Amino acid sequence: TGKENDNEYTFHESFFCFSLFLFADRVVAEIEKKVIEAFEVFDHECNKTVDVREIGSVVRSLGCYPTEAELQELLAEVEEEEPTGYIHLEKFLPVMTRVLLERSYQPIPEDVLLHAFEALDENKCGYLTKEELVKYMTEEGEPFTQEEMEDMLSAALEPETNTVCYKDYITLMIVDDV
Amino acid sequence: KRKREPAPVHFALNNAAVLIQRWYRRYVARLEMRRRCTWRIFQSIEYACEQDQIKLHNFFSYLMDHFTPSSSKERDFISRMFVSGESFKEAELEKYCDYESMEVPDSYTGPHLSFPLLPDHATTLLEAFKRKQQLHARYVLNLLHETRKHLKQLPNISHVSTCYSEEVTVCGDLHGQLDDLFLIFYKNGLPSPSKSYVFNGDFVDRGKQSLEILIVLFTFLLVYPNEVHLNRGNHEDHMVNLRYGFSVHGRKILKMIQNVFCWLPLATLIDQKVLIIHGGISDTTDLDMLEKIQRHKFISVLRGKKRKESNRNVEIQEIIGESKADASAAEHDAASSPSPQPQPAQAPSMTNRLEFSKWVRQMVQEQIERCRQLVDSESEEEELTYSSFVSMTDLNAPCWTRQEEWKQILDILWSDPMPQEGCRENTVRGGGCYFGPDVTKKILEKYSLQFLIRSHECKQEGYEFCHSRKVLTIFSASNYYEIGSNRGAYVKLGPDLVPHFVQYQANKTAHTLTMTQRISRVEESAFRALREKLFAHTSALISAFKAYDKDGTGRITLSNWATAVESVLRLGLPWRMLRPQLAHSMADGMLEYKSWLEDLAMEQQSQEHIQSGLLEVIYRNRSNLETIFRIIDRDHSGLISFEEFHQTWKLFSSHMNIELTDDGINDLVRSIDFNKDGNIDFNEFLEAFQETEFNSDCQKASNWVPSLES
Repeated sequence: TGKENDNEYTFHESFFCFSLFLFADRVVAEIEKKVIEAFEVFDHECNKTVDVREIGSVVRSLGCYPTEAELQELLAEVEEEEPTGYIHLEKFLPVMTRVLLERSYQPIPEDVLLHAFEALDENKCGYLTKEELVKYMTEEGEPFTQEEMEDMLSAALEPETNTVCYKDYITLMIVDDV
Repeated sequence: KRKREPAPVHFALNNAAVLIQRWYRRYVARLEMRRRCTWRIFQSIEYACEQDQIKLHNFFSYLMDHFTPSSSKERDFISRMFVSGESFKEAELEKYCDYESMEVPDSYTGPHLSFPLLPDHATTLLEAFKRKQQLHARYVLNLLHETRKHLKQLPNISHVSTCYSEEVTVCGDLHGQLDDLFLIFYKNGLPSPSKSYVFNGDFVDRGKQSLEILIVLFTFLLVYPNEVHLNRGNHEDHMVNLRYGFSVHGRKILKMIQNVFCWLPLATLIDQKVLIIHGGISDTTDLDMLEKIQRHKFISVLRGKKRKESNRNVEIQEIIGESKADASAAEHDAASSPSPQPQPAQAPSMTNRLEFSKWVRQMVQEQIERCRQLVDSESEEEELTYSSFVSMTDLNAPCWTRQEEWKQILDILWSDPMPQEGCRENTVRGGGCYFGPDVTKKILEKYSLQFLIRSHECKQEGYEFCHSRKVLTIFSASNYYEIGSNRGAYVKLGPDLVPHFVQYQANKTAHTLTMTQRISRVEESAFRALREKLFAHTSALISAFKAYDKDGTGRITLSNWATAVESVLRLGLPWRMLRPQLAHSMADGMLEYKSWLEDLAMEQQSQEHIQSGLLEVIYRNRSNLETIFRIIDRDHSGLISFEEFHQTWKLFSSHMNIELTDDGINDLVRSIDFNKDGNIDFNEFLEAFQETEFNSDCQKASNWVPSLES
């Protein structure tokens, strides 16, 4: 009887593994389709390449929140041996699929974002002055370019007070970001 | 892979900054993706529309070629569709579009024109249009006659030299957007002996002031004939105008305009170095041929392009909406031999709708068979038919065929550049080709040119280079798809032929919005258009979804949803990216398609008593309907008789392969307020279906005060 049990177990086990494999395959296929879609939006020459400077946009619009450093690591994996300035889909696809499966670069929940702003708000007054925000964003962390800074200010800054009420700003951005 | 944050304060600050930057960069990337998707939506819908136009035209061509009317009434009805395409002899034209007998009443407060025109007339006209006045029809016709006379003397390719005027300003598509033209004149100055202009086609259609634009451009053309140059665009074409709504203002004016468009030059050359054409080129573009052909013979350049057999078959089946099953059944019923031969067409009376539509289908099917046999046996030559809109009186061309001439013009007016090398058919537009950088290089070398300037495609910044800066696209209609969608631009060239660009946007509000707000508004508009299109294909979508839902659960996976939607709409859009804004999924990642489609329907329905099936059909084919109606309304008065209305619907239903009951039509009629004299103002009828869009536009308009940048 022990022998029979062994056989049954093996059968169920392999059936289970096989189903998992099929299921996983479908999931992977679907993820791949998403990656290809996002890639193609930035493939201006319709030749399965994207400018290396736009790959960040592709990665982020797939729902990932990498830091610049993490993005560089990713780029190192997908670039050609001799970098051409273009990333090819055939290299990008498996790497990005893995990234999505592993759920790396998780989204930032609203409350965590709020805490981050609060950390910068030394006086805990609920807002940051324009100077404070500019200083932190352009001197700390992974500094903004001037363009990025101006863009953020155009939406975040209240012109009368020259301050950023970060709680309102977060709410505004979350709503807009469908 | 996530780092653990160490305790010290500075690290905390640093990490907070990183977090915020990380989040913000993701936000911006997402915004960029949304912007690109929005653009793709608008563009694919626009080009799909142009394709539709060609299909419709092909359908009418077949009808026209193979319908033998059995009564004068029938003959009259069908021939009306194409009579307006004929070109007129000079004397006939003068007589037909006579304006001298038209009296300008004393009560008229608009501008007066006298010929020859003077610069003052031009400025008076501009002022009048700014005050929203109209030009009296008599003056319009007079202007058109004089314009035609002038254009007739011009060669096919205008030559401009930068040594006479300091700079040449080149403008792209205007599409009836008079505000943009005002803005250009404001920023750049009016045309004058020291200020040359080239207008690169597509003056009309889509925008609301097409006629005004023509009047202004033609006036300046006559006042400063050496400095103002006009190129023909693909929209300076009768059949295209019918589609896009430019056929108003009465028969005479329309007739004259047709006979002015065909005389517009095809291209402009600056210093023999810069070639300006509306669309593009092809690998067979031949400037020598273009210079010599009789351009006015091509009143309408639009006609069906020959495709490979399999494609053609599919296209034709789409036109008549025939499924394979129906076709074989029809053949079976007709008891014809395996290879049907053309039979003398015995048209049943059109009052028996069922008979008529069956007969139409049969006729078209027989034609397909014939064409299939033709296709097998021969070369690229396509037979000329009555419906080619080319004057047949003068068949002698020097040493090339009418066919080759037509291709030259078609390519010039309809082609688009592509990044890949080569030259292939432009299947998206349905006319012209896609030309690659190698084609550009070849043609530039062949004629010792420096670069090309073309228009034809809307560009976000108003202009765009491609092919290593050898091809410049210039587009002058700002906010083309929607307020905030794009800027317009014009380009100035001096003797050094180095381009200088000026960009603008004819709506002040666009500037006060943040990037996010601007993108959101345009996006909103794009998605509304897309949802409308989805609704219009409800029946086909349900069939497609059911194929993935054999158990009838009413749910499908998001993946299958995307595949199904693309298979029906075929717009080539990134559906998985767009899905969150189009349809909500359940917690398990499935989509309830029935309720989704119902939601779409509720959004579109403006009138309750019309059967939703009918509404769907109307929505899907609204542009086609408008075109058909305009063709039927021969005198372009905006009125068609009740009888004509019914006949139109019958023709329409046979074309669309749907059964419209007489009750359905009557319901439709009753729900719209028709006066009882048997005449229908079809403009109101069409307005009724534009109501939802119109209403929301009105609401949006009330929030903004449109004004020129100043």
